[in-house]
Amino acid sequence: MTNRFEKVVSLSEALTHFHDGMTLLAGGFGGVGNPPTLIQGILDRGVRDLTLISNDTAFPHIGIGKLVTEKRVKKVIASHIGSNPNAGAQMTAGDLEVEFCPQGILAERVRAGGVGLGGILSDVGIGTIAEKGKQKVVLDGKEYLLETPLTAEVAIVHAKKADRFGNLVFDTSARNFNPLVAMAGDITIVEADEIVEVGMIDPEEIVTPGVFVNFIVQSEGVNWQWAWEK
Amino acid sequence: MGMGEVKETESYRERIARRAALEVEDGMIINLGIGIPTLVADFIPADKRVMFHAENGILGTGPSPAKGEENAMLCNAGGFPVTLATGASFFDSATAFAIIRRGLLDMTILGVLEVSQNGDIANWIVPGKRVPGMGGAMELAQKAKKVMVVTTHLDKNGRSKIVRECSLPLTATKAADLIITDMAVMEVMPDGLYLREVMYPYSVADVIGATEAELKMDGEVGVFR
Repeated sequence: MTNRFEKVVSLSEALTHFHDGMTLLAGGFGGVGNPPTLIQGILDRGVRDLTLISNDTAFPHIGIGKLVTEKRVKKVIASHIGSNPNAGAQMTAGDLEVEFCPQGILAERVRAGGVGLGGILSDVGIGTIAEKGKQKVVLDGKEYLLETPLTAEVAIVHAKKADRFGNLVFDTSARNFNPLVAMAGDITIVEADEIVEVGMIDPEEIVTPGVFVNFIVQSEGVNWQWAWEK
Repeated sequence: MGMGEVKETESYRERIARRAALEVEDGMIINLGIGIPTLVADFIPADKRVMFHAENGILGTGPSPAKGEENAMLCNAGGFPVTLATGASFFDSATAFAIIRRGLLDMTILGVLEVSQNGDIANWIVPGKRVPGMGGAMELAQKAKKVMVVTTHLDKNGRSKIVRECSLPLTATKAADLIITDMAVMEVMPDGLYLREVMYPYSVADVIGATEAELKMDGEVGVFR
């Protein structure tokens, strides 16, 4: 069992939990909130055939976009791949399977997985191709789609601050999917910009309680140039 | 049809945005899509206080920061740095869409590939050609109280984007309330699509000639200059 009061590990130790063919959940939105050091580690370790669950595929050289660009991903479940042309090209070539899910429903499916629910009912996408293959449920005369929960073998998260118990604080809009993803991994690995002692974060400030977190690594910071910097 | 005859300092994109901004009321919660919708913010008068919602977890985005003052973590849903308005808040993506699904967005302004006369919207996929994904568009189009479409009237091949029935896969059915183009302002009503205004210098005949959808009229058609 993980010592709940000492979850900080080295990057190489954290990387032992990644393997070919695994399912991977990643927090982030357009690269913002993707954990840069863990992603670089996954690339360096040579992990491939990933099933990636994330809001989007970021940009070609940003965040999880790099995993797509380096062809480490065989399937992606996302709401949007438009900012990464490599994802579209690989999909067209038949090298990348893409399952699209409306963004808010993707968030709720990850949340459902993370909070231990068997599914959710939603009317989003009824009358569109988004309802294809989904079971319909009529409740009080209203039609819903049954949306299934999502979990993964490993969830990767980028936090602004973590204490050694794994209590997390996020950085402005880098929060996005991260608190949801943090709950939905069989193993949740957090990359934090700052790691502090237990008790150093005001309980009122904590967004994700540390009980959801298994391991914490020190971030080495963003190692890419943002699209708007060019 | 007169496209491109108007030589003015204001671009057609700015004119659409200026007209769209007239629909904004004091106190509204609004989500702006990428492209022309983003420009609408520039035309909202200062005496109308609104909160802009971003799908990535911000209520209360402000203007773009000055160069050199960007916070790379503080971006809008398009991935560009933003500032914060007074009273802004951060939350996760589930809450961002709770705001949308719960009907708390007073208005969403979005672009389209096609919009039909009964308000069906297609804006996320051109099968076999462009497949970016729906992002948050399905929730926005289906759940916002008022859905305003801003778009060019014609696509780049000169075909009407205002159609009887969408040929592309839908984003949402019967979603659009108001359509503002570089040629006209049209309102989706239960019994069809009504031409409300023409954009100067287009005539009613110009607009009808450029529109594949059936356009109805009741009363006077205004002119927006």
